[in-house]
Amino acid sequence: MAEQTALTDIRADGGGRPDAAVVRDALGVGVAVGLSGFAFGVTSAGSGLSVWQTCALSLLVFTGASQFALVGALAAGGNPLTAAAGAFFLGVRNAFYGLRLSQSLALPRAVRPFAAQWVIDETAAVSLAQPGRRAARIGFGVTGLSLYVLWNLTTLCGALGAEAIGDTDAWGLDAAGPAVFLALLAPMLKTTAERAVAGLAVLLGLGLLPVLPAGVPVLTAALAAPVVLYLDGRRRGRGAAGRVDTGEEER
Amino acid sequence: MNIWLAIGATALGCYAVKLAGLLVPAGLLERPLVRRFAALLPVALLAALTAQQTFADGHALVLDARAAGLAAAVVALMLRAPFLLVVAAAVVVTAGVRALGG
Repeated sequence: MAEQTALTDIRADGGGRPDAAVVRDALGVGVAVGLSGFAFGVTSAGSGLSVWQTCALSLLVFTGASQFALVGALAAGGNPLTAAAGAFFLGVRNAFYGLRLSQSLALPRAVRPFAAQWVIDETAAVSLAQPGRRAARIGFGVTGLSLYVLWNLTTLCGALGAEAIGDTDAWGLDAAGPAVFLALLAPMLKTTAERAVAGLAVLLGLGLLPVLPAGVPVLTAALAAPVVLYLDGRRRGRGAAGRVDTGEEER
Repeated sequence: MNIWLAIGATALGCYAVKLAGLLVPAGLLERPLVRRFAALLPVALLAALTAQQTFADGHALVLDARAAGLAAAVVALMLRAPFLLVVAAAVVVTAGVRALGG
């Protein structure tokens, strides 16, 4: 009987995966990442934000790296708009996930403003890995819902917990933010260009720290991306001039 | 009040880019140069943020227990530990070093 159901599921999507398998994948990601809202709640409350402010961030911003960046910048004494700019730039990548998702999910226009809040790394990763539209929609919905609910619940618990234990630094919780950034960064460092950007950004971020106002060095470090892109383009340009046949083959 | 201003600006900005991706015609963002830039921007920001939140104390560069915690996170990442375990390793090691007077 179970086999029969599985077969029907597969056929329903013309080569798609069984719904149960998609739901399982989506829940795995949603639960694992949703639980790390706890680290955000603790970090945010430890940075001096109130429980309300912390929860508002998880409910309204709902994109982890931006949230950590914002509270980190505010804790370092950054100007609120500089802090928001850093968080915003980190969120820009979600536009590109949305672009991909709008093709694979093909959502009706009226639904898009509601689906938009769930367009993040994890929902994009799960739904874009699915073979068909039905599986992609299930993956997006289940990942989005489980992650949103858990992330917000654990944010609240973390914020309340941080208030209860007082000095969060003594518990090493100030190391949670950088560890989260590192875990997000590690899988992105695949090519030489990406490593060069990371190295240059670290140099700029730390080198300018003593001389620029809080929050500004991070924004300046973002310049590592266009600089490396420009140098990479010149290098490629020169290579292509020498060997015309390999010219345009980027993608 | 300043903090609420930052929260409001971040929430609006982040929602706007998410929605833009779903609404904007594909051709506009699909140019290779734009795509490569969008992929490299988070790399730069995350690297700078990781370094700053590990080695900065206000405007001074410092080497303290957080560096040990980050090293533990690097080891956990190299062992392919799951996300939560990477964060936990950093927190536990940082707390441990501080408890030992580091």
